[in-house]
Amino acid sequence: MSGFPIVAREDFSDTTFLLEIRHPAMAKAARPGQFVIVMTHDHGERIPLTIADFDRGKGTVTLVVQAVGKTTKEMREACRAGSALFGMVGPMGVPSRIGDAKKVVCVGGGLGVAPIFPQARGFKESGAYVIGVVGFRSRDLVFWEDKFRACCDEFVICTDDGSAGIKGLVTEGIKTAIERHPDIDEVVAIGPPIMMKACVETTRPHRIKTTVSLNPIMVDGTGMCGGCRVKVGGKLRFACVDGPDFDGHEVDFDDLMNRLRRFAKEERWALERWAEGCRRLTG
Amino acid sequence: MGLGALGGRLSAVDGLTMTKKTIRTIPQQRAAMPVQDPDVRIANFREVALGFTLEDALVECARCLDCPKPVCVAGCPVGIDIPGFIMKVAAQDYRGAYEILSEANLLPAICGRVCPQEDQCEGVCPVGETLEPVAIGRLERWVGDRAIAEGWSVRPYIERNGFKVGVIGSGPAGMACAADLAKAGCDVTIYEALHEPGGVLRYGIPAFRLPNEVIDAEIANLTKLGVAITCNTLVGRLFTIEQMLDEMGYDAVFIGSGAGSPKFMGIPGESLNGVLSANELLTRCNLMMAGKFPDYDTPLHLGRRIAVIGAGNTAMDAMRVSLRLGATKVCCVYRRTEAESPARKEELHHAQEEGIEFHWLTAPVEILGDGEGNVRAMRCLRMELGEPDDSGRRRPVPIEGSEYEFETDMVVYAIGTNANPILGQTSKLKLNKWGYIETDESLATSMAGVYAGGDIVTGAATVILAMGAGRRAARGIKDYLAIRDSEAVYRPERTGAEGSLFGIDRAERSFSRLRVA
Repeated sequence: MSGFPIVAREDFSDTTFLLEIRHPAMAKAARPGQFVIVMTHDHGERIPLTIADFDRGKGTVTLVVQAVGKTTKEMREACRAGSALFGMVGPMGVPSRIGDAKKVVCVGGGLGVAPIFPQARGFKESGAYVIGVVGFRSRDLVFWEDKFRACCDEFVICTDDGSAGIKGLVTEGIKTAIERHPDIDEVVAIGPPIMMKACVETTRPHRIKTTVSLNPIMVDGTGMCGGCRVKVGGKLRFACVDGPDFDGHEVDFDDLMNRLRRFAKEERWALERWAEGCRRLTG
Repeated sequence: MGLGALGGRLSAVDGLTMTKKTIRTIPQQRAAMPVQDPDVRIANFREVALGFTLEDALVECARCLDCPKPVCVAGCPVGIDIPGFIMKVAAQDYRGAYEILSEANLLPAICGRVCPQEDQCEGVCPVGETLEPVAIGRLERWVGDRAIAEGWSVRPYIERNGFKVGVIGSGPAGMACAADLAKAGCDVTIYEALHEPGGVLRYGIPAFRLPNEVIDAEIANLTKLGVAITCNTLVGRLFTIEQMLDEMGYDAVFIGSGAGSPKFMGIPGESLNGVLSANELLTRCNLMMAGKFPDYDTPLHLGRRIAVIGAGNTAMDAMRVSLRLGATKVCCVYRRTEAESPARKEELHHAQEEGIEFHWLTAPVEILGDGEGNVRAMRCLRMELGEPDDSGRRRPVPIEGSEYEFETDMVVYAIGTNANPILGQTSKLKLNKWGYIETDESLATSMAGVYAGGDIVTGAATVILAMGAGRRAARGIKDYLAIRDSEAVYRPERTGAEGSLFGIDRAERSFSRLRVA
């Protein structure tokens, strides 16, 4: 097998880029909230990435990658339209329950902006009133504004420096939405754990159901290694097969954040070594 | 090798086959398995047991009594004609020996290495009543290795029957099932979720016990039978079993997805960094090559003092892998004693030789952190053996006031697995109360045309039991599809005086001669 062909790439900023991968069976099977595990080459690691979009007609799956570590930076260099991924398996995880909520807030921050999109679209298709809240550091990092506007009844951009939309974190957007709409049924938040923690603390006093999508460290993604175990409601759950969506008010985020630091030393080392190699090649 | 010496031994073997062998006339000493020295092997991933030489193999063949009613065959989960293949080796017909082995077992080089022979064929060998039993497993491995070295494979004549069968999981159950169905003429595709085929053979069993080349060779034999293997495919999520039957044109499906979901104890401190399942440790090392980080991208973050909880084969593998990756001290923590340890005797013995510390009658009650989210130590209780429990083993009971701190910076759980939930979540298959798939005698599940076998039915067991289940399910599928039995192997009668009765070929003894006009 010659891998999984990348048919298109789009760069949103220096760090964020989109890959469209041809995989008709997966495009057909994918549901909002699910993720894939990719491997860039045979020496690579298996990394989980949430599915940002899928096009059943074209038979493609879209991933949005943030280049933060060695593997994702390597992907930024190596993954071009016309090249291929060594491995891609999925869709994994239990699909998000797009239930009978009539009014929802879909919140995305950082690497969570892309994966919140299929959820927002899913809710819109099921007839809900969708309020989209997405957060970026500044204006030049903003992407997919048109896609979100097309499926959201209200759409709020939050930037750290106020260069676009409102100034502040996504929690500001949630607060405003809650003030304006006392009848919100559900909040869905995807992003870095610290952001999701802030979101659930924002909705907790209002007792609004809040679903979060967890992103712990995984190896196989099929429930076999137990590396992705998280504490939810005091119970041990495996994010890859029991999640990745969980009730945010039950999740122990401190535990998740500690476990995400598990390989901090190795991640730093791998990145430095890789960057050094790149400098030698280009310098 | 001195050919003269060998020749001498061979004629002795021939002589023995003429006169009746008895327990007194056979070689009394079992041939010793050459192994890598423990001090050397703890620093490499090369195979520990180096394998018999031809001489060793012939000595073991000479020790087989060729019993008229061989109990070893009944003791083998896949029913290998054990005396048959041993006699072929003794007669120096190695290829013939391989052909007999591969009638029942597609993977002799693997089973010869990883089967718990002491509980199966060798456990019932009559020689074992007085002496050490015939080293059947090692002979099997020797023949399997010889076949790989010589490039032998058995490619029977396959008549296509037009049936399409899907196999979920490329581990031992799936491989055995696929082989039997391919031989029967089915068009077989195996789906594997990981990026490499082999299942537990690949991610679970380390290279020093089962080299990757052996797995590759045995998988190559499978593809030679016409079996297609598709990796990176998570059945249940990419497509469901129902879709395989309704939309993808499969006439039957076999599920051999394994158990796999690791158990934790539920004691405080389990989410500290440095606590992981043996599955994770082994997958990172065996499949993802974390030992070669950063040349390979998957990290492990190995501790220096490692405590592995459990004393089964997986625990032994996890400990011995940790040792080879450079841990200074590796301990086994088990709440029962050595006598109750479920590991293969050889693995336990090798682990002891390699300097692993065994803490029997010890049960962890809490894992203690260093204040920064990492493991610092374990709090353990000493145990003593009480009354026998349901499993017949004496139940360990805590000794009061025996709590103490056990210094360690990595805790590995090897205390068994639960059923993987994915196929249960995505199909209407009937599961039992533990989440394993329910089947009948022929391994048929609650869905017509869907069969299951191996760990996903029985819970964690052995490679050979999974293979046995795969073969049984293949028989079930053949019955379901009404395929003629293809397991009876046609063997021509011996020719010459030996094969004839009063000058008439035995095969023709009940024929009546017809004159055709």
